[in-house]
Amino acid sequence: MTIDMSQFYQVFFEETAEHLASMESLLLGLDVDAPNLDDLNAIFRAAHSIKGGSGTFGFNDMIESTHILETLLDRLRKEELKPTAEMIDVFLQAGDALKSQLDGHQNGAAVDQEKVTTVCEKLKSLAENKEIAPQLTTDAAPVTHQEPPVKSPESDDGYGFFMDIEDIKKQNEPDPGYGFFNTDSTEYTAKNISQAHGSENTNNSQASPSNVKDIKSGNRSAAAAPNPDAASIRVSTEKVDQLINLVGELVITQAMLSQTASQVDPVVYEKLLNGMTQLERNTRDLQDSVMSIRMMPISFVFSRFPRLVRDLASKLGKQVELKTIGEGTELDKGLIEKISDPLTHLVRNSLDHGIESPEKRTASGKDTKGTITLSAAHQGGNIVITIADDGAGLSRDRILTKAREKGLAVNDDMPDQDVWKLIFAPGFSTADIVTDVSGRGVGMDVVKRNIEGMGGRVEISSVQGQGTTMTIRLPLTLAILDGMSISVGKEIFIIPLTYIIESMQPRKENINTISGQGKVVHVRGEYLPLIALHEVFNLKPDVMEHHHGILVILESDRKKIALFVDELVGQHQVVIKSLESNYRKVPGTAGATIMGDGKVAMIIDVVSLVSMSHQQAA
Amino acid sequence: MAKTILAVDDSTSIRQMVAFTLKGAGYEVIEAADGQEGLDKAKLKTVNLVLTDQNMPKMDGLTLVKTLRGLPQYKTVPMLMLTTESSDAMKAQGKAAGATGWLVKPFDPNKLLEVVAKIIS
Repeated sequence: MTIDMSQFYQVFFEETAEHLASMESLLLGLDVDAPNLDDLNAIFRAAHSIKGGSGTFGFNDMIESTHILETLLDRLRKEELKPTAEMIDVFLQAGDALKSQLDGHQNGAAVDQEKVTTVCEKLKSLAENKEIAPQLTTDAAPVTHQEPPVKSPESDDGYGFFMDIEDIKKQNEPDPGYGFFNTDSTEYTAKNISQAHGSENTNNSQASPSNVKDIKSGNRSAAAAPNPDAASIRVSTEKVDQLINLVGELVITQAMLSQTASQVDPVVYEKLLNGMTQLERNTRDLQDSVMSIRMMPISFVFSRFPRLVRDLASKLGKQVELKTIGEGTELDKGLIEKISDPLTHLVRNSLDHGIESPEKRTASGKDTKGTITLSAAHQGGNIVITIADDGAGLSRDRILTKAREKGLAVNDDMPDQDVWKLIFAPGFSTADIVTDVSGRGVGMDVVKRNIEGMGGRVEISSVQGQGTTMTIRLPLTLAILDGMSISVGKEIFIIPLTYIIESMQPRKENINTISGQGKVVHVRGEYLPLIALHEVFNLKPDVMEHHHGILVILESDRKKIALFVDELVGQHQVVIKSLESNYRKVPGTAGATIMGDGKVAMIIDVVSLVSMSHQQAA
Repeated sequence: MAKTILAVDDSTSIRQMVAFTLKGAGYEVIEAADGQEGLDKAKLKTVNLVLTDQNMPKMDGLTLVKTLRGLPQYKTVPMLMLTTESSDAMKAQGKAAGATGWLVKPFDPNKLLEVVAKIIS
């Protein structure tokens, strides 16, 4: 029988990636001076599993590095070796090398062979150096007291039985008798695995009784080891997306049916209408559960930071502790992927610019060790992620000076909030020295753009000498939106609810025209630019007079505009459909949706509308 | 009636491969991801053969074999250790725990079938 092993590759890839991730986080958390045996056992098990899988599925290049790694880890967990910071570094590098090899197999990415070789060399030299040391101590004595190897004339089959096969079969027959091992030691088949299967077996350390105890105590707590799908299944994201799409269609169909049903006589069609109500409720529940499939805990992103902070802090000669709060907070998978880069940038920034050097911190009476706190939480319909450091804080003077150099419009009386926002301007960096970590003037504007692209916002608060906090607010999902539908002429548009502050019917005297700059409306002491939606999209409105229509006040990026529309139609949850993938990008729209009556409605891109109007005004 | 085999391994890919191979050969397969789960499932249904990995979270293979051997219904059921380590000490431990034999990982699926057939055909 031939078995196609490639069908198990995907599971192996995912499993190995999980093992590598858990190995890394355990290594980072390991206290070199007082290592936790449970953790060492879990790290060993991860390396061991990777080796086993690589061997089974024929990824031979991954066997070599995991083999040396496993051997070293085995000695660590048996306390024959003491871990050193150097070892941890090499282990982490080995993890990186394995990741790149895995990526090579999985996605055909180029593997940095040189790096892999270097890591293997480092591992080997560690193994060799340390092999001498423990043998000098009495600790390692049990190693030499092994049972005399049992030799067997049989050829090597890679398996063996402790008794005669016929005995096993006999034992296994219904006769409920006792069976005993044949104690003749020649029954053991001593063999060398490397001959049969090309996998070396240099693991000569024997498990002494005390070691067995260690293994057991280690295995009791396996919290750190990922429990592969005890109660879960792996499904490709395409399947989930397809499901979400279908539910989206269902929601639309249901809305269309409701609309038709609302026109019938409720007395005659009572049963039908009851059914419609039921259908609506079921559809909504279905939609909620389907959307929750795509939800993932933010720990998927947070988990990369301990390593990043460790590497960066040692590179910059700073002492930094990373705290994470609310790792279990769930958000849409699409958002998880997109938030990763901006967050990385912000954490790097906090470390590079925020946290001071230990000397500076001591001089200003702070703990030499700086703290960066990452937290995530649900707040209303949003996810709020904060990156807080207890570093130097932003320098108002330096930002203002820099802004003047850049020719930005600033003045000394600007409120702090507005000053901090300047760092989001393109090409803005106040770092005195440009490091290879950050300060090259790329980034903060991109960070802001990325976050706003997800429908999110970023805010800064900072106190000089005490630290800076960046707050990111994101919607829960990218696929569904709470919107207000409005009409202009025959067209219906959707405005995302998050941007709407209020809607009003203006008085005629509150609308003024500024020559060459269009119209403004006076709303409670503020003059807001007035934009007519029919002018933006070149439509023929039903209402021409402003005081006969409706003004929807929108805010984005702390800038407000008043959008003039014919009337408000209603509030809906709409399924966002990409215009770009079906047609092309249309300026001023963020996508489209299908309404209950089957018509297509454009979703208004409030961010670009607001910034367009303010650019015109400026 | 098809013989039932309990396959215990914390590695999903290897466990799936083992299960797939055995099912293809007409055996019933019960899967477990660690020793504890293996023990629980073995108690629910007495199987004809136990295949277990050694290094697993919660309960390792040796402990599983030893515990199962202590149960009256498992006194004579063959148990095979699937292990990367085949040192003599490992074998001595396996034998002491009550294992029937061992099969070294990595192994070819056909080798697995061959060995299983030898024991329970």
